[in-house]
Amino acid sequence: MAPSTERAKQWSLRGMHFGILAAFIAFSAFPFYWMLITTFKQTRDLLNPDHNPFVFHDPPTLEHLRILFMETQFGQWLLNTVFVGVMVVGITLMLAIPAGYSLARLTGRMGEQLGIGIFLTYLVPPTVLFIPLSRVVANLGLQDSLWSLVLVYPSFTVPFCTWLMMGFFKAIPRDLEEAAMIDGYSRIGAFFKVVIPISVAGILTVIIFTFTLVTQEFIYALTFITAASNFTVSVGVPTFLVRGDVYFWGSLMGACFIASVPIAFLYNFFLDRFIAGFTVGAIK
Amino acid sequence: MAIVEARNIRKYFGEVRAVDGVNLATREGEFLVLLGPSGCGKTTLLRMIAGLEKPSAGEIVIGAQVVNSLPPRARKIAMVFQSYALYPHMRVFNNIAFPLKAQGVPKKARKEKVEWAAAMFGIERLLDRKPRELSGGERQRVALARALVREPDVFLLDEPLSNLDAKLRTAARYELQQFQKRIGTTTIYVTHDQVEAMGLGDRIAVMNEGKLRQMGMPQEVYDEPADTFVASFLGSPPMNMVERNNDIVGFRPEHLLPTEVHGTSEHLVTFQFHLSRVEHLGAGRLLYGLLGAPFADQKVIANLASNVMIVFQPGMSYTFAVKTANLKFFDRATGLRIEPRPL
Repeated sequence: MAPSTERAKQWSLRGMHFGILAAFIAFSAFPFYWMLITTFKQTRDLLNPDHNPFVFHDPPTLEHLRILFMETQFGQWLLNTVFVGVMVVGITLMLAIPAGYSLARLTGRMGEQLGIGIFLTYLVPPTVLFIPLSRVVANLGLQDSLWSLVLVYPSFTVPFCTWLMMGFFKAIPRDLEEAAMIDGYSRIGAFFKVVIPISVAGILTVIIFTFTLVTQEFIYALTFITAASNFTVSVGVPTFLVRGDVYFWGSLMGACFIASVPIAFLYNFFLDRFIAGFTVGAIK
Repeated sequence: MAIVEARNIRKYFGEVRAVDGVNLATREGEFLVLLGPSGCGKTTLLRMIAGLEKPSAGEIVIGAQVVNSLPPRARKIAMVFQSYALYPHMRVFNNIAFPLKAQGVPKKARKEKVEWAAAMFGIERLLDRKPRELSGGERQRVALARALVREPDVFLLDEPLSNLDAKLRTAARYELQQFQKRIGTTTIYVTHDQVEAMGLGDRIAVMNEGKLRQMGMPQEVYDEPADTFVASFLGSPPMNMVERNNDIVGFRPEHLLPTEVHGTSEHLVTFQFHLSRVEHLGAGRLLYGLLGAPFADQKVIANLASNVMIVFQPGMSYTFAVKTANLKFFDRATGLRIEPRPL
């Protein structure tokens, strides 16, 4: 009797394991599936309430993708998003890494308060800031230019990423830098030769996080940009694919799919490092 | 090689006087041990010599040059940290080559030197590993090889053996000493472990509360302590200290022996010893007890070697004695050593 109950236990455990796994896979993959199938369905099929939305009733079509790429400037919007994303990531790294390092190392109690102060600025929402900032953008003559976004987006990426890098640098023992300083480098040299290579996980985290924030940002992009050729994906798609009360569902979903898949891949590719990035210091 | 000197060095952290006016100088090629309890300032002193801390006052001299204003990299020193501070993202080879790379040594010479340093410590087969794949003893050797590879004037070692288990530590201690004798580089070694200090040092500098208490050869510091702190810090079990009038009389547990064990021709001072507890250590016995009049009820320990066969019963009184020459006298107010006087 004992072996059979043992086996039953094993099977039920395995079953539970797979059940939970399957549930999570369905949960995370289902939105992608829905976007994907909607992209290729004919509008008639989509809008018929008697049809199951998750299977094809009429043959698939490329019409929605044609509209997306031929009748809107989606390709340009993607390029714009990538451009702003890369610029903002660069600026964020340039500011957040040295700031995080100095907050982690070079100041005492004041550094801690300063760190909290910087983090607090992250909590001021764009809905409060976009009106005053639009004046700033206008005064700088940047209205309707992607550079306005490059200028404004770091205002929310830098504080958070500074905080993130600070936690990261704090977890690196000082001994390592001191050893490098004795071994022949200045503090700056030790920083580049030892601290930065160890912090790759944190830097990756900052890059992915910043890029995600830029991709999904809506309010500033809507406020500062008026020409369609300067839109980012997050503004262009809802502006052009929702006309009055007509939703171009197929093209909308196609646009969302194309914009979200690279980020999903990026996340998954660096998942381990990403988690390490967020939990470092917490498990010290 | 170089002589390291600290001239009236002070380091204050706010109100805390971590190092409070230390003067000391090594000799050429010497193995000097800085010994003291945690918080006595020995690590701070070492870090000031390394240039990782700025002294509040005083001068650090290395090889007849005042180095106060020089950064660590310009002082021709190498340091081994308690944590070893191996660079986790580099293989052992690159860890050892790191100081050479910083100095701009060409690649070929770098490889030769790394292999030479690795051979010194028998770690040639580890060169391709990452630090996290090494045991504690291997990490320590890599750290030493990294320190050695640039052939510094001075080695600074900050408790490099304290992360090793007890058995390994003894072997590592011996290796370290042999290595230092072989290359003959002036070495300053910080530890709180008096056994390590006695075993390793050419000389020991005992520190407490930011001050240098005594400096001398191990046997000298052990036999002729300059004050009550040094007397009680060195030796295990520590020196017995009994009060008498305005003096403190000290004697080592191994010198407190039953009268019959001493030779007859020697000048002895006898004590009544009320035995309360016997501890068998295998290599000998520790007898805990109280002294009789005139040192009524002061606790002492006697350390008997295993060749003393006499049976002792707790609760009984015995006559013990110490050679007059082995009694050390200290001033009760200052704790400083004073001239011997009759009891």
